[in-house]
Amino acid sequence: MGYVLDFGWLSDAVSLIASGAAMTIFLIAVSAVAGIVLSILGAAGRRSRHAWLRRAIAGYVELIRNTPFLVQLFFIYFGLPSLGIRLDPVVAAILAMTLNMTAYTTEIVGAGLDAVPKGQKEAALALGLRPRQVFIKIVLPQALKVIFPALTSQIVIMMLESAVVSQIAVRELTYEADLLQARTFRAFETYFIVTLVYLALSIGLRRLLVASGNRFLSGGVS
Amino acid sequence: MIEFTLWDIVRNLLLAARWTILLSAVAFAGGTIVGLLILFMRISKRRWVQRFAEYYIGLFQGTPLLMQLFLLFFGLPLLGLRIEPWTAAVLGLTLCASAFLAEIWRGGVQAVPLGQWDAGSSLGLHYLKQLRLIILPQAFAMTRAPTVGFLVQLIKSTALTSIIGFEELVRTSNAINNATFEPFKVYGFVALIYFALCFPLTRYAKMLELRALKH
Repeated sequence: MGYVLDFGWLSDAVSLIASGAAMTIFLIAVSAVAGIVLSILGAAGRRSRHAWLRRAIAGYVELIRNTPFLVQLFFIYFGLPSLGIRLDPVVAAILAMTLNMTAYTTEIVGAGLDAVPKGQKEAALALGLRPRQVFIKIVLPQALKVIFPALTSQIVIMMLESAVVSQIAVRELTYEADLLQARTFRAFETYFIVTLVYLALSIGLRRLLVASGNRFLSGGVS
Repeated sequence: MIEFTLWDIVRNLLLAARWTILLSAVAFAGGTIVGLLILFMRISKRRWVQRFAEYYIGLFQGTPLLMQLFLLFFGLPLLGLRIEPWTAAVLGLTLCASAFLAEIWRGGVQAVPLGQWDAGSSLGLHYLKQLRLIILPQAFAMTRAPTVGFLVQLIKSTALTSIIGFEELVRTSNAINNATFEPFKVYGFVALIYFALCFPLTRYAKMLELRALKH
């Protein structure tokens, strides 16, 4: 057993790992916000009176949920240019993450909308609110409160899955790890440290979301 | 320069899909065995055993699968084990699946009313027999839908093993794409193959879920 673990390279690598982590956080922040907004639209559209809209959204959700994220990413980054759509790696990553995330959260938001009692909507309409006001002010806040834990989990899962976008050369945490291990020849130590960073990120992200959910949602439902 | 017809592309992809299916099956079987062990630890009465299983599950659910694969692929040779992509892929997916399956089944075990345990011990059954004859059958029946749902997730996860060099569907498609320069077509077909594998299982899980609601 001649191998001795060596973490001597770490002091020089801290800034690279930090900038990679910052990119990972940026990617998940943008795609989580975009994904949730889109999935509210998607869930509402899935309950619309237009059959074609309902069917289109259902098809999109099934297509995304039954194919790997890696293949979706490759299709967007390598496949779309043959249709003349050439995307920057970061843009392609955000697009793929948002599309993936939206398919899952559309189902979650939909379940939340269904969980709000019908009487709430009827009461609000009886008070003279317009349908759009009823949706935004009455139904949506209550639905968000119900689904908040599920949304939190989905965002954390997407953050972990974003490790894959290193494959199209987005300079996030995994990509920096790949570069580092190629330079130091300390593959195990590098990936070990970066795995710990991911673990810290997922614990931190979960805490942050739960704390902000408690703060904004419990008081926010009025 | 070799010419690839459409049929060549599809045929090679379908041949590679066999490895995706095999890897999924082996990892699911392995994940079931290890997952049962983790489940027993998770519901054990000893605090420290319970704690260990909790951390095990948290570790695998809180880190990217890609990192787990890298750590095995680069870590095990340091222990003097020769490791190939196939070994690392099977081992990584098995460990990851065991954590997720244990957590799913734990939910089932906890949903079984406590009276069932009491009834078991009043019949004079010891702990393992209570588990095997009374608790686990009910817990598995309740968690059939999420278990099938996880199998879908596992099939999709096998795509990541292409990155550590295992020749499954995605890695083969990368090679074909490099030869044909038709990424739109190639990755489109790959997506269709995954869809054909996963969609029936998703429907089956949905059906199980609806049936469970009716009871």
